[in-house]
Amino acid sequence: MKEQGTTSYRTKRLITNIIVHVVLAILAFVWVFPILWVVLTSFRGEKGSYVSSFFPKTYTLANYAKLFNDTAILNFPKMFMNTLIIAIFSCIVSTVFVLAVSYCTSRLRFRMRKPYMNMAMILGLFPGFMSMVAVYYILKSIGLSEGSMIRVALVLVYSGGAGLTFQIAKGFFDTIPKALDEAAFLDGATKFQVFYKVTIPLSKPIIVYTVLTSFIAPWVDFIFAKVICRANAEYYTVAIGLWRMLEKEYIDNWYTAFAAGSVCISIPIAILFVYLQRYYVEGMTGAVKG
Amino acid sequence: MKGEKRKSRKEFDNPYTLKNALAKGDWATRLSVLVMGAGNVAKGQVVKGILYFFVELAYIYWMINTGIHNLSMLPSLGDTAQEEIWNEAKGIYEYVAGDNSLLILLYGVVTLFVTALFIIVWRSAVCSAFKTQTLAASGKHLNTFVEDFKSLFDQNLHKLLMLPPMAGITVFTILPLIFMISMAFTNYSKVDDHLVLFDWVGFENFKKVLSFSDSIGQTFWGVLGWTLIWAIFATFLNYVLGMILAIVINRKETKFKNFWRFCFVLSIAVPQFVSLLIMRTMLQPEGAVNVLLRNTGIIKSSLPFFTNVTWARVSVIVINLWVGIPYTLLQVTGILKNIPAELYESAKVDGANAVVTFFKITLPYMLFVTTPYMITQFTGNINNFNVIYLLSGGAPIPVGSTAGKTDLLITWLYKLTIEQQYFNLGAVIGILTFVVLAIVALVTYRNTGSYKNEEGFQ
Repeated sequence: MKEQGTTSYRTKRLITNIIVHVVLAILAFVWVFPILWVVLTSFRGEKGSYVSSFFPKTYTLANYAKLFNDTAILNFPKMFMNTLIIAIFSCIVSTVFVLAVSYCTSRLRFRMRKPYMNMAMILGLFPGFMSMVAVYYILKSIGLSEGSMIRVALVLVYSGGAGLTFQIAKGFFDTIPKALDEAAFLDGATKFQVFYKVTIPLSKPIIVYTVLTSFIAPWVDFIFAKVICRANAEYYTVAIGLWRMLEKEYIDNWYTAFAAGSVCISIPIAILFVYLQRYYVEGMTGAVKG
Repeated sequence: MKGEKRKSRKEFDNPYTLKNALAKGDWATRLSVLVMGAGNVAKGQVVKGILYFFVELAYIYWMINTGIHNLSMLPSLGDTAQEEIWNEAKGIYEYVAGDNSLLILLYGVVTLFVTALFIIVWRSAVCSAFKTQTLAASGKHLNTFVEDFKSLFDQNLHKLLMLPPMAGITVFTILPLIFMISMAFTNYSKVDDHLVLFDWVGFENFKKVLSFSDSIGQTFWGVLGWTLIWAIFATFLNYVLGMILAIVINRKETKFKNFWRFCFVLSIAVPQFVSLLIMRTMLQPEGAVNVLLRNTGIIKSSLPFFTNVTWARVSVIVINLWVGIPYTLLQVTGILKNIPAELYESAKVDGANAVVTFFKITLPYMLFVTTPYMITQFTGNINNFNVIYLLSGGAPIPVGSTAGKTDLLITWLYKLTIEQQYFNLGAVIGILTFVVLAIVALVTYRNTGSYKNEEGFQ
């Protein structure tokens, strides 16, 4: 009697395990399917977006060649460089802003601290691009809406509001023991020296996190870029470029190239993301352990 | 709350206020009210005083040159239209530039900002004059300019560090926001050709959007309803299903844990707009999914993913699960491991099965710990522009309507301003979105422990 009980328990457990793994496999397939699809499409020989089979009938590298050589209408290499330049500068400015604000709100005590934090929270609730049209006119009135100034404009748009996203870095600075600061003060350090000689060297995870998030932003935003670049195709970023490839007049010719372009920008971002994840977790767990 | 406020007031107690300065100031301090910096110069802080004076001169010069004109145009927003005038001598029509209400409004707002900034500097000038007077009277040391400059790296470090970010926020967030908010009170739209010249109309637009009889009003309530339904479904389904997935992957008996996790997290690493655009092309009537399903004979005609209202709404929610579940997975995996094991053991002893354990132990515990995360998710979903705009674009769109059936407030706002040029209505929608979010967030945020006990941790 007892033995029978354990065997039925075992079979029951076995069945649950099989079900769990089958369900996981199906779900994993659903999650990976679109990604697999892009990768396959990027190597597909047949043109156009309408297909009759999952696997391509012919494989080719021509889509990648087209992406980098056919620059007459949609100049992907140029877009790539535009985005890279914008990303580098906006990430420098944003990182400085974020670190400065987080240090002030975490370590310094001044009258406007709480009001500032409340203000940041309230501003965060307004839909981000509600003011997009206004930003465009402001940039126009200071002469940043034409020619190569568009790049400067985009850098400013991506990094201008960076001071509002200080919460995560502030949380990190909060975990650095204050005793370290006090020891430095006893040695006669000024607050600024404490900031860049004590706090900054201890904050590698959160600095990397801030740098990477602000570096990735210009690659994935296409709303601001679209409003600010308008018809100036020379200054397009990759996101607008990829978006345009799917517009009606281009989709037949460019669909497979779109897939190739997506693969090209997804791989570096995916790598950065993996790094980001590691530093994010480290950043969350605090600065000085033990 | 009140005690806290009193404490913070005491902490930053400052005897050098404007009121004291005006009441107890000597002649030099009082002169600073008119000639900024006079008080500082009188007591020997020459450079500081001259700097204050230059700010005043610059402001007055700027106001006379453009500022006063900007302000004087603000109430009317301009009313000279561009005109064609027949030039007899040249034999052609010449255009005489008219007013551009948008620029008048922008310059007016900028002028108000500059004035506000000047008032702050003016106040600091008067207070600083009073401070030097008091210090000089009691024979204390007066900072030289070099010492003042050095203090920016020490006691006044916050001024140095906060200034550039604050400037960025002011120019690129606050100024545009106020500019847009003021647009909500004008008739700046393509209706009756008010794209160049427009006027203040008071609360007209708010009445229009909030009324039940106007067609815009009816669209608004419909869109608001769907936005809330969307946000609730998107947030809670993502949360609960993501958590169940995390629990299933973390089960002791599940094999290849890292492999499963990798499969799901892979989708986060791909930029969102790429994966969403791919999804959209796949779900078109002739897209990959329909073609494959038709070829295998499961369905006869294409599924109406974005052409039927219910299909479209369910599709965006389901695809949002694809986007959102991996994030939940990342977020909750660590916290799930922190749930005390005794809780589960005692539940097992009591004979509870997996479902009961989930609803009685896991879910309440997780809800307690992750409330702030849920609130950000909820507000994020109300503002989830990407998923809707890139996937369905609001489709299906009823004929003659400005919003589609899957449009959220935020995508409707985008369409109204960028695509359809109803700038005033767009601004109203923005303000109302803010009101909705503020109600949700402020109430809940302020009640979470992490806000109240900010200092508790240190």
